Amino acid sequence: MLQMSLFQKVVIWLTVAVGILLAMPNGFYTTVEKHNDALAFLETGISPNAETSQLTPQELEANRAGWPEFLPSSLVNLGLDLRGGAHLLAEVKVEDVYDDRMDGYWLEIRDILRTERDSIGTIRRQNAPQGELRVTVSDPEGIQQALTLVRSVATPVVSLTGVGSNDIEARAEGNTIIVELSEAERIATNDRTIQQSLEIIRRRVDEVGTREPTIQRQGERRILIQVPGIGSAQELKTLIGTTAKLTFHPVVSRTTNANENPGPRNIIYPSIDPQDAGSFYILEQSPVVTGEELADSQPAFDQNGTPAVTFRFNPGGARKFGIYTAENVGSPFAIVLDEKVISAPVIREAITGGSGQISGNFTVEESTNLAVLLRAGALPAEMTFLEERTIGPELGQDSIDAGKIACIVAFVMVLVFMFLSYGTFGIFANIALILNVGMIFGLLSLIGATLTLPGIAGIVLTIGMAVDANVLIFERIREELKTSKGPARAIELGYEKALSAILDANITTFITAVILFAMGSGPVRGFAITLGFGILTSVFTAIYVTRVIIITWYERKRPKTIEV
Amino acid sequence: MRLKLVPQKTSWDFFSRAKYTLGLSVLLIIVGFASFMYQGLNYGIDFRGGTTIRTESTTPVDVAAMRAALEPAGLGDISITEVFDPTFPADKNVAMIRIEAQEGDEAVKGATVQAVEDAMRALDPGMTFPFPSVESVGPKVSGELIQTAAIAVVLAILAVLFYIWLRFEWQFALGAVAALVHDVVLTLGVFSELQIKFDLAIIAALLTIVGYSLNDTVVVFDRVRENLRKYNKKDLKDVLNISINETLSRTVMTSVTTLLALISLYILGGDVIRGFVFAMIWGVIVGTYSSVFVASAILLYLGVKRDWSKPDANAGNQFGNVDA
Repeated sequence: MLQMSLFQKVVIWLTVAVGILLAMPNGFYTTVEKHNDALAFLETGISPNAETSQLTPQELEANRAGWPEFLPSSLVNLGLDLRGGAHLLAEVKVEDVYDDRMDGYWLEIRDILRTERDSIGTIRRQNAPQGELRVTVSDPEGIQQALTLVRSVATPVVSLTGVGSNDIEARAEGNTIIVELSEAERIATNDRTIQQSLEIIRRRVDEVGTREPTIQRQGERRILIQVPGIGSAQELKTLIGTTAKLTFHPVVSRTTNANENPGPRNIIYPSIDPQDAGSFYILEQSPVVTGEELADSQPAFDQNGTPAVTFRFNPGGARKFGIYTAENVGSPFAIVLDEKVISAPVIREAITGGSGQISGNFTVEESTNLAVLLRAGALPAEMTFLEERTIGPELGQDSIDAGKIACIVAFVMVLVFMFLSYGTFGIFANIALILNVGMIFGLLSLIGATLTLPGIAGIVLTIGMAVDANVLIFERIREELKTSKGPARAIELGYEKALSAILDANITTFITAVILFAMGSGPVRGFAITLGFGILTSVFTAIYVTRVIIITWYERKRPKTIEV
Repeated sequence: MRLKLVPQKTSWDFFSRAKYTLGLSVLLIIVGFASFMYQGLNYGIDFRGGTTIRTESTTPVDVAAMRAALEPAGLGDISITEVFDPTFPADKNVAMIRIEAQEGDEAVKGATVQAVEDAMRALDPGMTFPFPSVESVGPKVSGELIQTAAIAVVLAILAVLFYIWLRFEWQFALGAVAALVHDVVLTLGVFSELQIKFDLAIIAALLTIVGYSLNDTVVVFDRVRENLRKYNKKDLKDVLNISINETLSRTVMTSVTTLLALISLYILGGDVIRGFVFAMIWGVIVGTYSSVFVASAILLYLGVKRDWSKPDANAGNQFGNVDA
């Protein structure tokens, strides 16, 4: 007979209640958002965004108290297309790192070959294509022995895929030894480069203090960066696209000819100091100290009141810098940022404290940015931006408003239509539909999903399609009523027989939602999530919730005949 | 009194003109496919690479003046279109500037956007700066995106083919997939014929159409399966007709509620997702049509095994009776 145990009823209503409760914070979005920010700030002491950090303690406390503790406070995240912000897809030029690695191996190889100078003669490093190290030995007879020595420098790669292979591979061509990274080492190096880049981008973005940035690896050498609330992708690009490699080099000479031959193991970099315009510096290629040895950096003003950046080395860097400046009082050294000479002051006295100041031709904004970049560290490799999108906050708000109105109108039309078509039963389906939308938001909040514009479309589509399961059931009940088995039996059979159609129809749609989720990205994925959740909740509300309502109604009224 | 879109009891013959309806579908598919092949889709930057900039101004859009202002910047092929929307107030004039993909992998050079901004600032100070949206995709990524999208659609169709084969019989699966391909091709055809911008979101719409069309087809097939057992003496054609008639009221109800929701989104949802919603509206109409006139018609031509003497033969295989 048409009945349901009390236990079943309680479980169903409890599930609905939990869903609605989880959805509730979204109805008070700004209040809950402020509450969450304030709470995070008060508990961890770290401000989740710039706005929150400017609040007074009283305001923070008021924000925190704005939403009761005992209620759930997870919100649906708004996607970039709704909130506004910038999206970048960057590809890291992992090959950049190979040359640095080769420089490291060169020192090792040089030392080991020098010990056998008697049998292999003198050695010289040659210019080589990217990622290769070429060393010539003056005595061709000794090439095999030299090769053996070079190979002894290699160490086994420690990684899951690279078992049994060494980090470098060496071969001989005439009297030249060519050294390259092995395939396994390349993979491991690329991996490290990406991880480092991720870490540094995260630090740089965090310095700006924006809400919930997404920074994640995509594929082998790509990084996806999404920062809500930032003005434009250009702004984000200047922040994370700058390598910010700071080095201090001994100056060999100064010239105005950009094409002058700097000589072996020297480099020529242009000056970006306007007072020094058009000049180039020839520098020793190996730096004295690098930005990696910086402990801190802050924007400041120099003695003339123009913006500058102060820096402080860590103990290792401070010692090297101290020794070098002590030995070279009176000669110039160059401060180089990303292969451009910022300034080349003359060392007046030994700098032993490990701190100093860079004055260039900075604006206040530039000096602040440079300090941020220096603090966060240099990127290990350059990046190219394959994809970039900026959505202004107003456009996002327009989309939210339009989406809201469309949702409400769609809702009302479907509710009216269902009532006109099915009368009392239509009202039952409508209650289920309202609960259904609530539960979609509950689920989205629970997993912290991101709502995008196509996601809103997914919800509207769900509103239209969610009644389908109920329509199937009601139509079936109508049919069963024709064979006059009495209302209770008809309702029961209606549910029973419609079940397989409901399940088959929804499982197939669910399969497409899953594929969309797996293959799609960004907004499309947002659509897949709401569509998928919509299917789950609509099947639940149609099969269980309307049934509970109808059974309860039936038990109360005991109608002799029903009209569906 | 109830609102009834379909009479209480219908017994229409859906296959009396099967030749014409199938012929019409085949014709439309050929037209759609030809349009797709010759005219091609109006790919958005997601698939072709390039940059789109949305401008917003208080003064009316003058496409010719904008084009002239951008000419000196030498940005290559530029297309400018005005965007109309019933939700815009009178002083909101929106246009889209589209710049072709540039050399190299990079999405856009910073100077390009700056050049456009400078030109627009000089032309119309009433414009909103920074631009409401700037989107840019490099040629490298756009190639991958289109590949992934195509794989997604094919995968979805295959997965569904497999599921229906599992739950029904292979004839059902073929019928359903034929209907799906029909819907997808017709949607692509409409997009290429009307030259509506085809971007990533449309792929999502396409997959939703696949899902919706199936939803409809499966409901009809489910009833066919049930009726094949119930009326085991009747012709397959009669059984199909009975099944379609019995589910007709539901088919129409669901299509109408879905269309009600989609149309409100189409009119009120703003211009950003209009193309996406259009694809779905079209898909719902075509999907509903195809579940009756393509999927069922193909099932009729293929025939179904009707040997009910063996108990295990009634639903194809062991998964046919699983009710969960």
